[in-house]
Amino acid sequence: MSTAEKFLQMGLAILLFVAVVAVVLLVAGRFKGRNGDRAVALAFLLPTALALGVGLVYPALRTIYFSFFDAQGQSFAGFDNYQQIFTDSDQLTVLRNTVLWVVITPFLATGIGLLYAILVDRAKFEKAAKALIFLPMAISFVGASIIWKFVYEYRPDQGSIKQIGLLNQLWTMVGGTPQQWLLNEPWNNLFLIIVMIWIQAGFAMTILSAAIKAIPDDITEAARLDGVGPIGMFRYITVPSIRPALVVVLTTIGIATLKVFDIVRTMTGGQFNTSVVANEFYSQTFSADNQGLGAALAVLLFVLVLPIVFYNIRQLRASEGR
Amino acid sequence: MATVTFDGATRLYDGSQRPAVDALDLEIGDGEFLVLVGPSGCGKSTSLRMLAGLEPVNGGHIRIGDRDVTHVDPSDRDIAMVFQTYALYPHMTVADNMGFALKIAGKSKEDIRQRVEEAAKILDLTDYLDRKPKALSGGQRQRVAMGRAIVRSPQVFCMDEPLSNLDAKLRVATRTQIASLQRRLAVTTVYVTHDQVEAMTMGDRVAVLNAGVLQQVDKPRAMYDRPANAFVAGFIGSPAMNLLTLPVEGDAPLHLGTFELSLPREGRTALTGGEVTVGVRPEDLTLSADGAGIPVTVELVEELGSDAYLHGSVTGGSASELLVARVDPKSPPEKGSQVHLAPRPEKVHWFDTATGLRLVD
Repeated sequence: MSTAEKFLQMGLAILLFVAVVAVVLLVAGRFKGRNGDRAVALAFLLPTALALGVGLVYPALRTIYFSFFDAQGQSFAGFDNYQQIFTDSDQLTVLRNTVLWVVITPFLATGIGLLYAILVDRAKFEKAAKALIFLPMAISFVGASIIWKFVYEYRPDQGSIKQIGLLNQLWTMVGGTPQQWLLNEPWNNLFLIIVMIWIQAGFAMTILSAAIKAIPDDITEAARLDGVGPIGMFRYITVPSIRPALVVVLTTIGIATLKVFDIVRTMTGGQFNTSVVANEFYSQTFSADNQGLGAALAVLLFVLVLPIVFYNIRQLRASEGR
Repeated sequence: MATVTFDGATRLYDGSQRPAVDALDLEIGDGEFLVLVGPSGCGKSTSLRMLAGLEPVNGGHIRIGDRDVTHVDPSDRDIAMVFQTYALYPHMTVADNMGFALKIAGKSKEDIRQRVEEAAKILDLTDYLDRKPKALSGGQRQRVAMGRAIVRSPQVFCMDEPLSNLDAKLRVATRTQIASLQRRLAVTTVYVTHDQVEAMTMGDRVAVLNAGVLQQVDKPRAMYDRPANAFVAGFIGSPAMNLLTLPVEGDAPLHLGTFELSLPREGRTALTGGEVTVGVRPEDLTLSADGAGIPVTVELVEELGSDAYLHGSVTGGSASELLVARVDPKSPPEKGSQVHLAPRPEKVHWFDTATGLRLVD
C-alpha cells in the first residue's frame, strides 16, 4: 500500500466514524421529552458499551472458556490446565517467582520511597533529589531492562578481558570473581526485582511525599511539644497520617508487579527459572502453542489481581471520603 | 510551675532586615496569666513560639525558672501549647489525644487513664473520650486542646489565639472558662491574642507589642488609665481613644475649633518636636449644654442598646479631626446637629507626636 492509499484509508475511516455518530445523534434527536433524554444517554452509551463488549468482555469470557480446553482448543480438558499450574514443577517455579515478586517489590519500593521522601523533605536540594528518583518512572520497562542488562553484563573471567557491567566491575573491585547475575538461581529473580523497585520507588516517593506535605505543621509542632523524637514522629504521627496513601501505593505497585511481563521478557525471556505468570502466559500461548494452559494462566492472573483492585478502590474512596 | 524570662530575645527571619521580635525583655511571674497582644505581624506569636522552642532565637536568652532554655529542644521544655487550629491528632481518639504526651513520657496506662479522666471531668468531655476529633464541634475540639495541655501539668501553658476559631458567643463563654481554669491550676500562662478585649478581661498583666518591639507591660486597668505611648493609647480600648495632632507654638493655648486647651508645663518642657498628640477616650467626652467644649458636627450615631457612640468632625477643624464620644443612648443627638463635647480635664492624655511617648503623668 502506498502512502497516499494509507491516507485515503484513514480519511475514509474518519468519515465513517463521523457518519456513525451523526446517525446515532439523528436517531436520538427524534425522541422528545423525558424518554428523549434517556434515548440520548443510551445512544451515547451504546458505542462505548459495544466497544467494551467486543474488546474486553467477550475476550475475557472466551479466555475463561478456553482455559478448560486442551492445547489446540479443541477438546474439553476440565481442570487439567489448572491442575498443571499447581502440580507441574516448571509451573510451580513460575508461581514461586510470582509470589517472590509480589511480596518483595511493593514493600521494598514503598519503603525506599517513604524513607527517601522523609529524608529529602524540606531539604535545600529537595526538588533535584526528587526529580532524580522520579526519572526512572519516565523510562519504559523495556528501556529500563536494557539499562539494567548492561549493569548485570558478564564477561568470562579470563586473561585480559575486562568487565563492562557496572555490578561486576564493582564486585571485582572488592575482590569478587565476576558473576552471571541473571543466570544464577534463585538470586537472578532478585536482580530482576531490583529493576522493578528502581522504577516504582519514584512513584511511591512522589505520592508519599505529597501525603507527608499535607500533614499540617501544627500537628507536628504539637507532637514535638508533647515530647516526640524523630522516630516517635515517624511512628505516631507520619505513618498514621499517611496510612491511606501508603495502602494505595502498596496495592498499586502490587497490581503492577503481578502483571509484570516486560522486564522478565527483555532480560531473561523467562529462562533460568525466572518466569512469572504473565510471561508464562505469553510463552505458553504464542511460543509453546499451548492455548489452554496460556488461557488458564491468564485467568489465574486475573483472579489474583481482582481482590487487590477491589481493596485499592475501597481505600481510595475511604481516603477521599475523609 | 515556674517563672518565664525573656532576656533581650530576638528573632530575625532569613532575608529580613527588621527583626520580627526585637530584644524582648519580659518577666512573667510564677502562676501569672500574661497576655501578649498587638496587631497582626507585631511578633506576638513569634515570641510565644520562641518560648515554646518552635522558633529559633537569634539573640538574647529565654529562661524558664532558673533554666536557660534558649537552645533546648521543644520536647525538653515542659511546655504545653494550645494552637489556634487546636492541632489535634486526627487519627487518635479524644482520650489518646489528651494522653499522648504522657504515653510518650512512658507513664503507666492506669496513670494516663486516671489523669485523662480527671481532665475530661473538668472540661466536660467525659462523654466524648472515645470519639475522633472530626466527630466533635468546634467548641469541643477547643476543650480537647485545652485538656491535652492540662493533662500534662506542665511548667508553662502557651496559648496561641485559642479562641479565634469560635463563634462570638462561645468565645465570650470560653474566655471566662479559660481564665478561671488558669486561676485554679495556677500554671504560668502566656496567652497570645489580637483581640484587646480578651487581653483586658483575661490577663493578670498585658504586654502590648508593635512591630516586634515591646510597648508596655502593665495590669489591664493601669494600662487603660495610663498608656505609655500613643500606640498603646490607640490600641487598648474599644472604641479607640480619640487621638488628635496639634501644633505647639510657645506658650499659646491649643485650639480644637473654638475650644481652647493648654498643655501642662511639664509636658511642654519634655516635648521634642513642634507637635503634640492629645488623647481623650470616648467615655471622657461629655455633651455640654452651655456651649463650653469642642464644637462638633454629628455625622453618625451608633446605637448599641446599652451605649450610643457619636461620630463627628470638629467644626472649623481639618478633615482629619474626627471624634468619637459615648453619649446617653436614651437621647442621642440627631445626625447633622451641632453639639459641644467637653473633655474631662483629668482624663486628657498628652503624647509627644515625634516620639509617641507620654508627656504628662
